[in-house]
Amino acid sequence: MKEFAYQHATQVHEALTAVARNAGARYLGGGTNLVDLMKCGVEEPTRLVDVRRLPLDGVQVAPDGGLVIGATTTNSDAAAHPEVRRRFPALAQAVLAGASGQLRNMATVGGNLLQRTRCGYFTDLSSPCNKRIPGSGCAAIEGVHHNHAILGHTAHCVATHPSDLAVALCAFDAVVRYETLDGTGEIPLEQFYLPVDDRPDRETALPPGALITAVVLPGSAHTPRSCYRKVRERASYAFATVSVAAALDIRDGVVRDVRVALGGVASHPWRARTAEAVLRDARPTAELFRAAAEAELSTARPLRDNGYKVALARNLVGAVLGGLAATEGNR
Amino acid sequence: MTDQTHSTISLLVNDVTHRLSVDNRRTLLDVLRDDLDLTGPKKGCDHGQCGACTVLRDGRRVVSCLILAVAADAAAITTVEGLAVGGRLQPIQEAFVRLDGFQCGFCTPGQICSAVGMLAEHAAGWPSAVTVDDAPHAAPELDEAEVRERMSGNLCRCGAYPAIVRAVVETAARPGVAG
Ligand SMILES: Cc1cc2nc3c(=O)[nH]c(=O)nc-3n(C[C@H](O)[C@H](O)[C@H](O)COP(=O)(O)OP(=O)(O)OC[C@H]3O[C@@H](n4cnc5c(N)ncnc54)[C@H](O)[C@@H]3O)c2cc1C
Ligand code: SF4
Ligand code: FES
Ligand code: FES
Repeated sequence: MKEFAYQHATQVHEALTAVARNAGARYLGGGTNLVDLMKCGVEEPTRLVDVRRLPLDGVQVAPDGGLVIGATTTNSDAAAHPEVRRRFPALAQAVLAGASGQLRNMATVGGNLLQRTRCGYFTDLSSPCNKRIPGSGCAAIEGVHHNHAILGHTAHCVATHPSDLAVALCAFDAVVRYETLDGTGEIPLEQFYLPVDDRPDRETALPPGALITAVVLPGSAHTPRSCYRKVRERASYAFATVSVAAALDIRDGVVRDVRVALGGVASHPWRARTAEAVLRDARPTAELFRAAAEAELSTARPLRDNGYKVALARNLVGAVLGGLAATEGNR
Repeated sequence: MTDQTHSTISLLVNDVTHRLSVDNRRTLLDVLRDDLDLTGPKKGCDHGQCGACTVLRDGRRVVSCLILAVAADAAAITTVEGLAVGGRLQPIQEAFVRLDGFQCGFCTPGQICSAVGMLAEHAAGWPSAVTVDDAPHAAPELDEAEVRERMSGNLCRCGAYPAIVRAVVETAARPGVAG
């Protein structure tokens, strides 16, 4: 690991200035991803600006009935918050499905959104990787890629985004709030992660030096029933193979509102807009759910060794929607 | 000019305050083990993947291999060495001994610190991924499934899981231990 300076900031402006002044400076949240990547030599910051003592901690109920979750709120605190559990169960479930009790106690909401891919070649400095070194190639396309993307990937990178939290946020139309020295800004989560294109090293639409200050869940996204289901290679403490965050509001026998997002399938949470369009205003039946899942996955382009994910994603979407439709309050 | 790559920090470890000068690159795990001779926390993977380095930071369980010591400045740390009070083992420690909650023992300090933190989380009403969250105010019973999920951040290379789960379930069921 290269030597670096460390400071903890207590005011947002102080943190912004420290990073703006120094091209090699990085914000440090819980460190569960950044410190790991520094050990691997993927990240070599010259200064760490610790954000955990900034006044950005905690969950607030917004006037519209939505929630504002501060960027330094730990994953544990976000998942345990009674209003998160009551209004956005899929969000609490997504966070609890991620990592371990220890890691969730450390990890922050802002850091979770900016964690990097778990593609093994990304952290193996001896392999070509366009995400790590633009233009060097992608070792995964011909190599080990059974847990890589089936949607939205390009010949430049086939990695997936590992965050569970982001998948639920995507389904709920969450907005990422940030601050730079020029002022504050907001980016809907659905546009927060950039398409892979030919620059997989550029992952988000955040301006340089921006500090994430909160994620905002709009009150309008509140639906009576939502859930998060994650399939992985062991029962717990593993990244998603495929995951689904979904919310379903059925009234008078028709689908009034529906939100579906997939994790583990693309470089970013995959909002299943095609499936949603099939479902909206239709009568909820098992056949409909299957057709919706089918429609969404019709554009999937599996790699040599991950074709299983297409069927898995299709079945999971159908099962999750069926489960939500069967719960009380949706009958 | 002061050297910005080193920092002076203060750590309250097992109720003893230490003032230390650390290279910013060093982890809390390395400082505990190498500077303070607390070899309870183990370096299993050094990447947050095994839980062997679990300690309590300000009462919450964390993996000390991914915490920079400098970022732990002013924190209160409890390692397995600091759990016994006046030479008396905590119920969870006693249960691990009595029920054979280990084979080689390498993962054990992490398992035990994790269990202590987990029981406090449960007492505070935190749900887990297997909790059916219909009553967001009542803590679910810590049955085997809950314990397996909540302790999943601690791997055991010897596969002593059945006895580990038994020790934790039994301890959780004791009056005054779990919430
Ligand atoms: C073994 C293991 C298993 C895991 N399993 C899962 C899993 O199943 N699901 C899952 O979703 N995650 C999983 N994780 C990842 C974990 O959730 C993330 O590492 C964590 O959420 C990152 O948060 P942090 O605060 O520690 O971020 P850090 O590591 O501190 O930072 C990550 C990045 O975010 C930047 N950053 C941090 N805060 C801000 C801010 N406020 N504004 C701007 N930039 C910021 C940092 O500069 C850095 O680039 C796992 C991690 C490990 C080690
Ligand atoms: S899939 Fe992406 S992250 Fe993995 S090797 Fe290819 S370019 Fe790198
Ligand atoms: S050594 Fe810290 S989690 Fe493995
Ligand atoms: S007892 Fe040997 S690793 Fe757990």
